[in-house]
Amino acid sequence: MILYTLAIVLFLVGLYGVLVKRNIFKIIIGLAVIEYAVNLLFALIGYRYGGAAPIRTQGMPQDTLFVDPIPQALVLTAIVIGLATTALIAAVAVRIYEKYDTYDVRKIRKLRG
Amino acid sequence: MLTILVPLLVLMILGAVIALESKDLLSGIISLGIIGFALTIIFLLLQAPDLAIVQIIVETLTLVILIAAILKTTREDTTETFGFKKILLWGIGLIAIAAFLLVTVNIFKHLPPFGSPVLRMAQPYIDLGLPMTGAANLVAAIILDFRGYDTLGEATVLFTAVAGTVAVLRSVGRKRA
Amino acid sequence: MRGMTPIVQCISRLMAPSIFLLGVYVVLHGHLTPGGGFAGGVLIAGAFVLLVLAFGSDEWRSRALNWNATVFESLGLFFFWFLAVMGLIEGVPFFVNVIAKANPGHPYRLFSAGIIPLCNAAIGMEVAAGLFFVFMCLAILKMGEKP
Repeated sequence: MILYTLAIVLFLVGLYGVLVKRNIFKIIIGLAVIEYAVNLLFALIGYRYGGAAPIRTQGMPQDTLFVDPIPQALVLTAIVIGLATTALIAAVAVRIYEKYDTYDVRKIRKLRG
Repeated sequence: MLTILVPLLVLMILGAVIALESKDLLSGIISLGIIGFALTIIFLLLQAPDLAIVQIIVETLTLVILIAAILKTTREDTTETFGFKKILLWGIGLIAIAAFLLVTVNIFKHLPPFGSPVLRMAQPYIDLGLPMTGAANLVAAIILDFRGYDTLGEATVLFTAVAGTVAVLRSVGRKRA
Repeated sequence: MRGMTPIVQCISRLMAPSIFLLGVYVVLHGHLTPGGGFAGGVLIAGAFVLLVLAFGSDEWRSRALNWNATVFESLGLFFFWFLAVMGLIEGVPFFVNVIAKANPGHPYRLFSAGIIPLCNAAIGMEVAAGLFFVFMCLAILKMGEKP
C-alpha cells in the first residue's frame, strides 16, 4: 500500500508542476513526471510475489508462476508514445520562444500585432 | 522487495522536486534523467525486462531532444517572483493536491495488496500463449497477436506525432501572393 | 550544430555500426528474447543520432536524407497495415496470424511464430525513421528564420 501511495505522490508532484509553474519548460517537465508516475503505477499493479519474467524458455515446466504480462504490454507502447508527444510539445515551445522571446506564460497571452 | 523499492521511489520524488524547482533549466532536465534511470532499475526489479530496455533508451533520447531544444533558446528561468499573489496561488495549489491525495488513497485501499494477482484474465493468455502463436515472449505475443489492433492504432499515433513535429519545425518558405 | 573533436569522431565511427547491429538483432528476435519492435527501432535511431552529434549537422543537411527518412517511415506503417489485411484475401477475419495457421514452425527457433517477426520489423523501421527525422529537424533548425 505504501508503494501505491508513493507512486501517487510522484504523480501529484508532476501535477503541481503543471498547475502552478509559469515557465513553459517547467510545464513540460511536469508532464514528463506525470507520465513516469503512471507507467510506474501500472507496472506495480502487475507484480506477483515469486513470479518470473513472462518469457518462456526451453525446459521450463508448464505451470511456472509468471508475473502478469498484460500491464507490461500496455506500458510498452505508452513509453514510446510519451517520447513522441514530449518531442512535439518541445518543438512548439521552441517556436513560441522564437516569436515572443520569452518563456513566461503571462507575457505570451498578450497578442502582438 | 519493499526495502529496495521504497528508497528508490523516495529518490524519484526528490529528483522530481529538484527538477521542478531549480533556477537553471539545464539542471532541471538532467534531474529528469535521475527519475528515468531509477525507473529502469525498478522495472528490472519487478521482472519486466522489455520495459527496462525501452525505458532506458527512450530516456536517453528524451534528454537529447530536450537539451537540443534548450540550447537553441534560453537556459535560465527568470519568471519566479515573490509576493502575495504567489503565496496565495501556492496555498490553493497545495490544498487541491491534498484533497486529491486523500480521495485517491481511499480508492486504492480497495485493490488487493501489492504482490497478489489482480487480473483474472491473465491466466488464459499465459496458458495459450505458446501453443496458439508459437512465440516464446508472452508480451510480444499479446501486443502483436492477441491485441494487434491496439498496436496498429499506436503506430498511427506515432506517425501523426512525428508529422506534427515536422510540420511545426519546417523552415521552407511560403510564397506570399 | 557543430561537430566534435577528431577523437570522438573516430570512436563514433567505430561504435555506430555495432549499435545498429544490436538494434537489428533486438528487432528480429523480438519473439524469443525481451525487446521487440519498439526497443529495437529506438536503438537504430540512436545509432544515427550518434553519427549526427559527432560529425555536426552540416554534412547531413541535404534534402535526400530527409526524403529517405519519410519514405522509410511511410513504408513501415504501410507494411504493418498490409500484414494485417493479408488475411482478408483468404477469407479469415482481420488481423489473424495466417502464417502460423498455415505452417506452424518449431517453437524457440528464429523462423517461427508466423506474422510476429514481420510485424516487429515493420514497426522497427517506422519508429527508427520517425525518431531520426524529429531529431534532424531539431538539429538543423535555425532560430530567427521565418517559417
